[in-house]
Amino acid sequence: MSTYRPKFRPSRRALLQGTGAFAVGLTFLPRFSLAEEEKKLNFYNWDTYIGERTLEDFQKATGIETKLDLYADNAELFAKLKSGNPGYDVIVPSDSWIERLVGANMLMPLDQAKIPNMANIDPRFADAVFDKGRKYTIPYMWGTLGIGYNKKVTNGVPDSWKVCYDSDQYKGRVSLLGDARTVIGLALKYLGKSLNSTDPKDLKQAEDLIIANKKNLKVFAPDNGQDLLASGEVDIAQEWNGDILQVMGENADLDYVVPTEGTQVWQDTMAIAAGAPHPDNAHKFLNFILDAQAGADIAKFINYATANLAARKLLDDSYNKNTSIFPPEEILVKSEAQIYLGEDGQKLFEDSWTRIQAA
Amino acid sequence: MESWRDNRFVFWLLSLPGTFWISLFFIVPLSVLWIYSFGEKTGITDVAITWTGQNYGRVIEPVYLQIMWKSLWVSAVSTLICLLLAYPIAFAICFAPDRWKPILLLITILPFWINLLIRTYALLAVFRTNGYVNKAIGWLWNGIDWLFGGQHPFQPLELLYNNGSVIAGLVYVYLPFMVLPLYATVERLDKSYLEASLDLGASQLRTLLSVTVPLTMPGIVSGVILVFIPSLGAFLTPALLGGANAIMIGNVIETQFKSANDWPFGAALSFVLIYATFGILALRWAITARSKGVEF
Repeated sequence: MSTYRPKFRPSRRALLQGTGAFAVGLTFLPRFSLAEEEKKLNFYNWDTYIGERTLEDFQKATGIETKLDLYADNAELFAKLKSGNPGYDVIVPSDSWIERLVGANMLMPLDQAKIPNMANIDPRFADAVFDKGRKYTIPYMWGTLGIGYNKKVTNGVPDSWKVCYDSDQYKGRVSLLGDARTVIGLALKYLGKSLNSTDPKDLKQAEDLIIANKKNLKVFAPDNGQDLLASGEVDIAQEWNGDILQVMGENADLDYVVPTEGTQVWQDTMAIAAGAPHPDNAHKFLNFILDAQAGADIAKFINYATANLAARKLLDDSYNKNTSIFPPEEILVKSEAQIYLGEDGQKLFEDSWTRIQAA
Repeated sequence: MESWRDNRFVFWLLSLPGTFWISLFFIVPLSVLWIYSFGEKTGITDVAITWTGQNYGRVIEPVYLQIMWKSLWVSAVSTLICLLLAYPIAFAICFAPDRWKPILLLITILPFWINLLIRTYALLAVFRTNGYVNKAIGWLWNGIDWLFGGQHPFQPLELLYNNGSVIAGLVYVYLPFMVLPLYATVERLDKSYLEASLDLGASQLRTLLSVTVPLTMPGIVSGVILVFIPSLGAFLTPALLGGANAIMIGNVIETQFKSANDWPFGAALSFVLIYATFGILALRWAITARSKGVEF
């Protein structure tokens, strides 16, 4: 029996072509060889979180083409940047994550001289607890956490966190968010403590409160409380104001309220990632975002509260006087921003969160 | 068949891509993870490899044991339901006319052509309070109720956001993994054994339990492993379909790598899961070694 030996003898030309292609693939363009930056920008943003035509307008104004990539939460952004910036220029991190990102050298300090439109920022946001002197970030949008509810089912306005943490009034018809800092933080708020407390006694009290009330909850909904509310699955949803506003537009029975105990005021920022391939373009982009007209276009489209005061002046009362977007001043006074608590502080919350979910 | 020894060069050449793939995308990352599991967090992104055992020590804290126990029983129940559903399905396909078989098999694997996330979201639409199941039952209920005077209007059932919906989701997603290996063994089953058993006076039930099940054991074991192991590590299904206490070990691992930013502990948890998988595979090997006649 003769053994069959397969013949593998590539022609010399094919072999050369193959090697050539491989070599080209391995050659990187020298990164700093270009005198001026190419007209490109890589923008890493949340979904539906920029104006409908903002990126086109930016290209018209500057000739810079923007490539948009999306992420769903800050943890995802952080995990992406952790193993080295994969090429993003502008990112949109939230308040409590800024110090973590700065601490991990993931942000590039801003050259404020290149962002003259910083003059348009609302004085309230000119500085930030998490970024003293705005060295790394510009404020983008801000808002509140509150309760989305179904007017047809609830008795009056559920304007206390009690319905979420300490009541069987809406048994099995309540959804809370799915994030350790927020859910435990707002329970702390209900108990009259600071939502940034790291006192183990406070945390234990909040944890016990949530666990005792779990029988009245339907679900911890990480990002879909508004859908649960809209589809009639729950009557009370702890949510971000913008998410509830979206479904309010489609269903007149739904409404949003910020509880009287005060709440968490959030702020999203724009920053330039360390190692950004196009830092000059990124500065131009941040400056463009703070432009009055561009800011107004964005705010009108995504319906969040803008930190761009010049943009607000271009918008009418249906935006500026909307209490779901801009909460009453007396509640804002009682509210807090979520700040980074250090890795040990964050761990207290995360461990407590695991125990709450397992209980 | 000729031995690979006659053609060593070709053998090595052909095994190169696979070896390369396995090393680059399996052995290397898992080794990194394994080393991580003996590390300690020293900063926001810094991990010092100190060969500490404290991450594994943390794994046996009651809260994590409780979550693992829950993952085990949810997976076990899902696997059992898959087996009970898949067994008759496999037989039905085998005994179907030959021209139907490819179509029936196609229907079995059809869901695989759609992304897992989309299939799970689809379940939300089916099971929610105003979903299709409730609508159908409500329509039937109200119809019957109307005949008897309409005293008891339909109350929608709470089908979502509990352990039952997680199990239903897992069964739905992994059922084909049970059907296919069962079908493969049932197809090879010599049907004359069944006839012999019946001819010799055994009842249908006795034939099933004493002849069919032992002869199809290889398929059962493969199917159980293919369903149980991925169920154990599931995180998407409990995250989307589960209620306030739906958390499974896969969700804890995800949290550790993402918002908790504790890779060493996440790695340790992952490896405990991997060791559990090895344990199950060892069990399978032990069963194979004991049963001499049947080839697994």
